[in-house]
This record gives sequence, C-alpha cells and structure tokens, in this order.
Amino acid sequence: MTREQVLDLYFMDARCKLIELAAFLDRVDRSDGEGDFRLQSLRMALPLLSSSEAGRAKAVLEALSDPTLEPIPSANGKGACGAWPGIVSH
Amino acid sequence: MRYIEPHAHMVSRITDDYEAMRLAGCVAICEPAFWAGFDRSSAAGFYDYFCQLTDYEPKRAAKFSLPHYSWLCINPKESEDMGLARDVLGLIPEFLQRSNVLGIGEIGLNKNTRNELRILEEHVDLAARYDQLILVHTPHLEDKLKGTNLILDVLRADSRIKPGRVIIDHVEEHTVERVLDAGFWAGITLYPESKATPARAIDMVERAGMKNIWLNCACDWGRSEPLAVPRTAIEMSRRGHSREAIDHLVYGNPLRFLSQNPRFQIP
Repeated sequence: MTREQVLDLYFMDARCKLIELAAFLDRVDRSDGEGDFRLQSLRMALPLLSSSEAGRAKAVLEALSDPTLEPIPSANGKGACGAWPGIVSH
Repeated sequence: MRYIEPHAHMVSRITDDYEAMRLAGCVAICEPAFWAGFDRSSAAGFYDYFCQLTDYEPKRAAKFSLPHYSWLCINPKESEDMGLARDVLGLIPEFLQRSNVLGIGEIGLNKNTRNELRILEEHVDLAARYDQLILVHTPHLEDKLKGTNLILDVLRADSRIKPGRVIIDHVEEHTVERVLDAGFWAGITLYPESKATPARAIDMVERAGMKNIWLNCACDWGRSEPLAVPRTAIEMSRRGHSREAIDHLVYGNPLRFLSQNPRFQIP
C-alpha cells in the first residue's frame, strides 16, 4: 500500500485512539489519590511513539513487560494487569 | 472464502456461533483444553471436561457440518496445584486414543511460576512419549515476554521435540520473531482488547512473512469474537492482499500444521 492508502484506511482509527489516550490522561489528572505502577509504565512508554525508528509496537510491549528471567516462587493470583509492578523499583 | 479456526473454546459459546462460523466459511474447528474461569476441585472434573471435548462437542459441531477436533491438558492457571495437575496428566493417555484428539494443549505458563514450569515440562515429556503435536499458550500482557522465553527454553531443552510440530500461540510484536526464528510455528490470537487486533495481526504477517503462522480467535467466555479470523481476512483484502495469500494464511497454513496428525481431515 502507498502511504496515502494507509492513511485512508487507518488515520481516523488512529486519531480516535490518540484522543482517547489524551482524554484518559486528563481523567487521571482530574481524579483524587495516588496513581500506581500502571500509570508510571504508561507514561514511560509514551515517548516511544515519537521515535523515528520502526518497531514502535514492539518497543511499547517490551516497556510494559516483566524483564526478569527467573520463574517466581508462587503466584499471588491468576490475572495480569498490563504493566509490570516491579517497574517502581527496577 | 474458506478458513480453519484452529483455536476456539466452543464449550463456552452458544450454538448460534457454530452456525455463524459455518456461514462465514469455516470448515473445521479445533478446541484446546483451557481454564473454565474457576478452578476445578478434582481430576474427576477434568475427566468430565475431556469427555465433553471428545464426545459431546463434536456432535454439537456436526449439526453444522463442522468437524471438531480437540487438544488435551491441564491449563497452566490450574497447575499451581501439582498434585491435581499430575492426577490430570495421568488421565490424558486414555483420551489420546479418541478420534478427534490432535495433541497436547494448550499447555504453557500463566504467571511464570516454578510449579507452572515443572508441569509444563511434564506435559512436554508426555507429548514426546506419545509422539503428539503440541499447542502452547503464552502468558498474558506483562508476563508474555518472560513466559515466552521460559517456554522456548523448556522446548529447546528436550531433544525429542521437533519445533515444526509445536505451535506457540498468542504471539505479539515482541515475541513473534523469537518464536519463528527458533523454528516453531506461531499463532496470532485476535482479541478486542488484549493480544492482537486484525490490523496488528496483518502488520506482523507482513513483516515476519506468513510461512509458519496461523490466525485464531480463541473465543471463550470472555470478550472475544468467534468471527475474528474472517474479519481479519476482509481486512487483508482491504489492504490489497490477494485471494490466494489470504487463503494461504487462514486455510493452507493451519491445514499444513494440523495435518501432521493424520486424524485431521477436511471432508
């Protein structure tokens, strides 16, 4: 596809998601209390969007991932939340 | 259009979904064993589940002329209890004789714990001893990268395992290359929020090539879309991919992997 064709197909969708993200950050700012590692992780990943290098999706996923190598002794629960809690101390 | 749905948890879906998938061009459905949304309290619960996967569900699919195949295991979400997991592992050989069973799956990791890893190794050993295909679940979200690396280590450490007979599912942009580079097949799962959207899935295929990749919807009791594969095929068409290329990805590739088990037949 040409760049023009990619824009024709996906620009409105990307625009929508960008505004949703901006609105989410405004919503967080308006709310009371402390944030947690999820917000910290998201803010750390945002500059990756401005990179001039390809592979931005991969870089964002890696930034939100547990980078450690060893299995953990046991699980505290079954679910995942989308960000690594250890980012706070890493 | 014709397609194979290689990963769908139909026990969690309504009968109308079978009809919709058939109408959209589905010609076969494969169902790996998974977590029911709650922990089963005994191996007897798994015995009944395996009967459902190998007896009842194929009959439900057959009402829509859809062949139904299954994969068996205890899901990593329940393998923290190693006693239960080993009891369930002991049940599996009996069910491997059933005519719609394709292999061991979806095994893998959830929170990347030591117990999960040990039970994964025992599933891999079972698959090797019975010469079974393997379908691997990689963990969710922040746990996927680490889990994928641990899973690759386990599979590569067992010299009996042939990478071409193993599919590692739920890959994303940060894991797809390492899976394919290691010689394994990769599955891309299409979900509304987590895993991959149709657009991202096609991006991955365009960058990595479509040699050993399949698409699946993994529809279950959570937010998921039974028609995600045909929707992605339409998205590929919008991007200008040829009818032949789409057929190769959504029909030819799963057919090629699954046909390694001669039980897999498209009527």
